[in-house]
Amino acid sequence: MNKITNFIITDIIKNKIIIIYTVILALFSWSVLSLEDNTAKAMLSLLNIILLAVPLMAVIFSTIYMYNSSEFIELLVSQPIKRKTIWLSHFAGLSISLSIAFILGIGLPIVVYSPDAAGFSILLMGLFITPIFIAIAMLCSILARDKARGIGIAIMVWLFLSLIYDGIVLYLMFQFADYPIEKPMVIMSALNPIDLARIMVLLKVDVSALMGYTGAIFKQIFGSQIGWIISLGLLTFWIVIPMWFSLIKFKNKDL
Amino acid sequence: MKFFTSFIVFLLFSHIASGAHIHVGPRFQVTSIRAALLLAKDNDTITVHHSLYTEGTIVVNKSITLIGDEWPVLDGQLKYEVVSIKADHVNISGFVIRNSGIAALNDPGGVKVYDRSNIVIENNVFENNFFAIYIQYGKNCLIKNNKIIGFGKEEQEIGNGIHCWKSDSLRIIANKISGHRDGIYFEFVTNSIVWRNISKRNIRYGLHFMFSNNDAYVNNIFEENGAGVAVMYTKHVTMYSNTFSQSNGDAAYGILLKEISDAEIIGNKFLSNTAALFLEGANRILIKKNVFSGNGWGLKIQANCMDNTITENNFSGNTFDISTNGSLVLNTFDYNYWDKYAGYDIDKNRQGDVPYHPLSIYSTIIENNPIAMLLYRSFIVSLMERTEKLIPSITPDNFRDNSPQMKPYEL
Repeated sequence: MNKITNFIITDIIKNKIIIIYTVILALFSWSVLSLEDNTAKAMLSLLNIILLAVPLMAVIFSTIYMYNSSEFIELLVSQPIKRKTIWLSHFAGLSISLSIAFILGIGLPIVVYSPDAAGFSILLMGLFITPIFIAIAMLCSILARDKARGIGIAIMVWLFLSLIYDGIVLYLMFQFADYPIEKPMVIMSALNPIDLARIMVLLKVDVSALMGYTGAIFKQIFGSQIGWIISLGLLTFWIVIPMWFSLIKFKNKDL
Repeated sequence: MKFFTSFIVFLLFSHIASGAHIHVGPRFQVTSIRAALLLAKDNDTITVHHSLYTEGTIVVNKSITLIGDEWPVLDGQLKYEVVSIKADHVNISGFVIRNSGIAALNDPGGVKVYDRSNIVIENNVFENNFFAIYIQYGKNCLIKNNKIIGFGKEEQEIGNGIHCWKSDSLRIIANKISGHRDGIYFEFVTNSIVWRNISKRNIRYGLHFMFSNNDAYVNNIFEENGAGVAVMYTKHVTMYSNTFSQSNGDAAYGILLKEISDAEIIGNKFLSNTAALFLEGANRILIKKNVFSGNGWGLKIQANCMDNTITENNFSGNTFDISTNGSLVLNTFDYNYWDKYAGYDIDKNRQGDVPYHPLSIYSTIIENNPIAMLLYRSFIVSLMERTEKLIPSITPDNFRDNSPQMKPYEL
């Protein structure tokens, strides 16, 4: 498994796109953090990157990469290697390389400029979001044999989780404003990894505002130690479940 | 003869100047404060030496000076009011006063002043009292340098740190108050000053005043109080250079202003409160040169406020700078610094060339639908905010700063 992972990582680095990705992230975060004298504001710009650009990059890059390496996968399958090993080492290779890009691009400036609770929560959430969307991308690539269709599904999933889902939640909030909807809404938001990551960062950045009315619910559910564990558990589920489904699909697939 | 006259002069002066001096303590002839008070006459001084005194209620009904030497402890055994002052010109300093009784009917205090004037309560430590200092119909009293600690858990179980009722010309200076219901409570108190006090971690308000006109609050620190500071039904209040921080919780405010008029709030710092300044029914208030930083809401200004001037303040790092509950705008918001302002300054006069709309649409939405906070800072909400900034539709168009500053004021 290590050998395949290593091979994939070197292959991705040779690809140069990942280097451009790192450089763009680094340019953005260094400039935001050094130009903005108010670190809280800079953090919010970085938050937007993590909620939009990082998942988009992860999902598109990984889907295309999986399609392009289909011949390589066929070659590996013909060897005496378990399919599980092949699939998981692809996942590991992609997540390690994209996570390294994220750490170099955004993590380093955060550690230099703002090594506080807000900064580290952004870093941690980025490190969850990246593998989550790689897992989703791998599921998409195995669901559709056609490349265009697979990429289309991946982008739709990204669009749904980052924009449409929130729209639906907002719509429901207004429709059912007269009912005690706090708990269902919190659960709904927690089911979307992007929303959950955003709320985890919000808890560190907008502490004062969250102490208010909704804060009680926020604090109860997300702010406590158990809340953190549950949230991290949910994010882990978002990696494990698409991965598990795609693995089953891959094992049974006639290549 | 010479000796005789000088002796007469000495007696005369000593009587006028300081009166007799009585020592109380286990090593002295007089062992109880009550006995000393019976012996004393007006203008006498009683020095109480270190020991534990459990004498029930000590009623001071002569104009004397009570001085504690090496922190004598007056203990009310959780049954009695500790010291009742029923004479003018009483001076108390250097005591540890603790464990007053708890009763809702007659409000026992560590030190309670009944309808008297020119009382000085200075350099004492108050521990675990129901009310620590209670001034009722007091005039011209000085409360200075006291350290007041309560251990209240519930609002109804404990009284206020410094409670003043129907009084006039009080000076409350440099006290440290914590763990009471309200740190400092004023009701019908006029012409008084509260200066350099620190009121922390009280259960309800750090400072609470009602119907108290013409008072000034200067250089105080209010921190981590259950609901911050409340100012209600009052005219002509001035609040200068105070610090309000970490009032966090639902309905917790740095300052809550309710039915206030003609006040001045200048040079204060509001740091990390859920809502820094809440105005309801507040009129003709000048809010100037304050710092609003790291708060959930900088200003919550209800639509029933009018003729308020909010100018030359710094708003930075707040989740929402301003929110309101209506579309009526009868206040001015010019010449402030807003860190969210994204305009430009071509004519280099340090003021932005396009007006700033401090009211964000999402703060309006959250005002009506608090759970919507769950979606704050999500992509769809950012889109809504951007659109609203370009084409105001829900937020009132005249809610704006016409001359927003490009750089923060040095405050």
